[in-house]
Amino acid sequence: MKKLALLAGTALALAVGAVSGASAADKLKACWVYTGPIGDFGYSYQHDQGRLAVEKELGDKVETAYVENVAEGPDAERVFERFAREGCGIVFGTSFGFMDPELKVAKKFPDVKFEHATGYKSAPNMGLYNARFYEGRYILGQIAAKESKKALAGYIVSFPIPEVVMGINAFMLGAQSINPDFKIKIVWVNSWFDPGKEADAAKALFDQGADIVVQHTDSTAAIQVAEERGLKGFGQSSDMIKFAPKAQMSAIVDDWGPHYIKSVKAVLDGTWKAGDVWEGIKDGTVHMADYANMSDETKKLAEETEAKIVGGWNPFTGPIADQDGKERYAAGVVAPDGDLLGMNWYVKGVDDKLPQ
Amino acid sequence: MLEAIILTIITAATPLLLAAIGELVAEKSGVLNLGVEGMMVMGAVAGFAVTVSTGSPLMGVVGGAVAGVLVSLIFAFVTLTLVANQVASGLALTLFGLGLSGLLGESFVGQPGIKLASLDIPGLTTLPVVGKIVFGQDILVYLSFAAVFGVAWFLNRTRAGLILRAVGDNHASAHALGYSVIGVRYLAVMFGGAMAGLGGAYMSIAYTPLWVENMTAGRGWIALALVVFASWMPWRAVIGAYLFGAVTVLQFHAQALGIGFPPQFLSMLPYLATVIVLVAISGNRRATLFNTPSSLGKSFVPDR
Amino acid sequence: MMRLELVKRAEKSRLMSVLSPVVAVALTVVFAGIVFAAQGHNPFTGIWYFFLEPITSLWGVEQLITKATPLVIIALGLSVCYLSNNWNIGAEGQLTFGAIVGSIPPILFPDFVNPLVLPLMLLMAMAGGAMFALIPAKLKTAFGTNEILTSLMLVYCANLFLDWMVRGPWRSPEGYNFPITVDFHEWAVLNAVDVGGIYLNLSAPIALLLVIVLAVVMRSTLKGFEIRVLGQSPRAGSFAGFSTRRMTAFAFALSGALAGLAGVMVVMSEIGKLQPVISPGYGFTAIIVAFLGRLNPVGILIAGLVIASSYLGGEAIQTSLQMSSKLATVIQGVLLFFVLAADTLILYKVRLVTGREGEGAHA
Repeated sequence: MKKLALLAGTALALAVGAVSGASAADKLKACWVYTGPIGDFGYSYQHDQGRLAVEKELGDKVETAYVENVAEGPDAERVFERFAREGCGIVFGTSFGFMDPELKVAKKFPDVKFEHATGYKSAPNMGLYNARFYEGRYILGQIAAKESKKALAGYIVSFPIPEVVMGINAFMLGAQSINPDFKIKIVWVNSWFDPGKEADAAKALFDQGADIVVQHTDSTAAIQVAEERGLKGFGQSSDMIKFAPKAQMSAIVDDWGPHYIKSVKAVLDGTWKAGDVWEGIKDGTVHMADYANMSDETKKLAEETEAKIVGGWNPFTGPIADQDGKERYAAGVVAPDGDLLGMNWYVKGVDDKLPQ
Repeated sequence: MLEAIILTIITAATPLLLAAIGELVAEKSGVLNLGVEGMMVMGAVAGFAVTVSTGSPLMGVVGGAVAGVLVSLIFAFVTLTLVANQVASGLALTLFGLGLSGLLGESFVGQPGIKLASLDIPGLTTLPVVGKIVFGQDILVYLSFAAVFGVAWFLNRTRAGLILRAVGDNHASAHALGYSVIGVRYLAVMFGGAMAGLGGAYMSIAYTPLWVENMTAGRGWIALALVVFASWMPWRAVIGAYLFGAVTVLQFHAQALGIGFPPQFLSMLPYLATVIVLVAISGNRRATLFNTPSSLGKSFVPDR
Repeated sequence: MMRLELVKRAEKSRLMSVLSPVVAVALTVVFAGIVFAAQGHNPFTGIWYFFLEPITSLWGVEQLITKATPLVIIALGLSVCYLSNNWNIGAEGQLTFGAIVGSIPPILFPDFVNPLVLPLMLLMAMAGGAMFALIPAKLKTAFGTNEILTSLMLVYCANLFLDWMVRGPWRSPEGYNFPITVDFHEWAVLNAVDVGGIYLNLSAPIALLLVIVLAVVMRSTLKGFEIRVLGQSPRAGSFAGFSTRRMTAFAFALSGALAGLAGVMVVMSEIGKLQPVISPGYGFTAIIVAFLGRLNPVGILIAGLVIASSYLGGEAIQTSLQMSSKLATVIQGVLLFFVLAADTLILYKVRLVTGREGEGAHA
């Protein structure tokens, strides 16, 4: 009997809840879809920091929502459509794998605005955004070449996608600008997310003679290994200096906040247009963590390069030759963005073989 | 170089060995707990949280074990007291653990941890070659080996171990002989939980002193597979864990040497190696059958 | 000291068969309400969004069916494995490998555009999944290698193989070097059709058909009898002339084929090409579905819908109430515990006894 009463009570309250849930309408709802957990302290974490920045900046003009851990397959379309149906004014898809499902939903809901990170397909109501992380990687390359005693860095990577290849190339171009004979050893961990494997990979690279570790994976594991061994490295996605106060020389910090604030404001003002923005250090989207644990000379060089990039110089400015020595860009020629976004060849001096 | 590689392999193998040896005991008592991943990740978050809050990694180790036991008790209650299906309950435990650890760990994301100290005996640890490997490990590495010897001795040489095996092999007769089948299984499951918790704590305190969601990254599943690999023999679990760890680490070295083989295939090697070695040694079918607990996965209700 | 004691019922309680899932869901609702309240949310709003809101629209029902379909198809195959005592936990790998094989026509022969492609893909995926599942089956029958380990390890291999395929040999030339294959052509995709406001493709009716077929096979054919006999007592089965070896091969091949079928249909409907991730763990979730459905085809259908709804509910409390996805996972786990535990009531009465009484009963 008690149970029945409880059930009845629940049902009643449910009805009430349903009504109250439908209020809160006139604010703009901005929504995010993340591929990983926001607790990864990496890629998805940084996007969520961007969402929080929007909340902070725009206060009660907006309401935000997110779904984390969305698989880049069958589930994605449903999550995007759910957001569209729930009255989101703008939806951000933060990972490449969301491109097609997001586009499908964007076409179905022409009044909702969409933005997709790191992809290449767009629509009148679906814009693109990305960050020029390679600018930061060029600086890291220069620092590594200056500071490495062995002219050898270990490079930990997740999966061979153009973004990662572009990063390796920018790093090498930076390093070669200081020391043409600089070398890297590359290890693929085939996972976006396994701190243990990242640590193992870092150890393997150090054991094979590298004295600096660079990573294009998200966790702090690798740089912690560097700290332990008294060697050096760079943080990734976020400033990891707390984890490696003696080892981190700098870090490429993804700061999506400025872009998100701009986009959400544009929607509020009614000025939003589907754009194709690719922002870098100049715009604050790519942010270099404080230069530390290096000589003053290196620090000065890094700061100069950073200023040069802010001034509009592109690290992918010719002459650039590929692994086989074939010239890809003649002296003075800047690689077009389209080439960079689809990059699948290594610059000269990289010994790894890219899976074809 | 060889020394360094061996040290890395020990680190990679220890969490697997800890969790596997615990699950081995649970399975020997007839309980198949597929929730190792859930217990491990709870151990990881609890170990990290306690370490950071108290400043003592040793307390963290204890915290990890306690957390493992606590969640294993949920599983034990559901499968042993209420005789629910073990396979599905174990998977439920994995879901539960992954979710709860994520919730509990939210405030610890982005905080640096404290690493469990390694043993340092002047004179011994500094010995060439073997010094660091034998005398320079942290307490959990020694504990993993102590657990292997302890469990082997317990199962084969003690009366209590005999009872545990009897319960796992034929719960009806064990019950008829007056042993508390459910009681023995509760203890075995709790031991499994404690060891999985330690394996998880090893991840967040020793392997990589940090907390991120899902940081065990499927090692609980590997540990489960290693119990099967071991054919329920403790010393074989050591072989399994170290084989898996070694192949994982060595394929990174192979990559760093630039052998130009697709990394995906190199990453497959630990899994393939485990399968191939198991096939090679499972020729001795009688020994395997002899060691397989016949009541594995079957519920027991004492009739009165 | 008090403890719980189970008293076996003389026969299955029909009432409890129906009532136990209701009790379990009710308990989960209460638990979820408490958790929502503890997290500072209105518990009733939370309960509404987690359990009911996802199916209050036709679109929601459509999503529920879409999510449940692969789970049901895979779980049906797994149930045959588990009933016959074959521990296949590698359906995820069989799904992946089946999907790879099934995708050969549109990827390698993009000019072969023809209505035949569709059935061909389904058949090839089934063959691929079955072949991949026969590896652990053969290792088991030939060498006595434990199939829990082999089937699980092969999952990782299949996923890495897919990863290599879409980044290497099968990478689309138009995809800016991203790890995707070419988009499948019109005859290589399953289009959704309007069924009374709900858009469904071929996979849902196929799942339903499979439920019916398997229910009939298990209930009233010799094969169904053979599966159950060999599962319960291999010795008795061999006296009846049934072969354990052949059954192992059959069960693995069947479950592999169904996993492959489910995989290729997901690829053909929701993705439209191959990419590194094609399944959000369907092969593992289906294990839960199989047992939650008590290894019974109709039960599996219901369990598939329940599990699918818990995923949709998890998304709903995130999007509508900004609750954590971890909360959803915890509630899912608890729901399972309650459902599994409540099933006990079908076969047993639960009594609370004091220590002394309990001891007395033993003596």
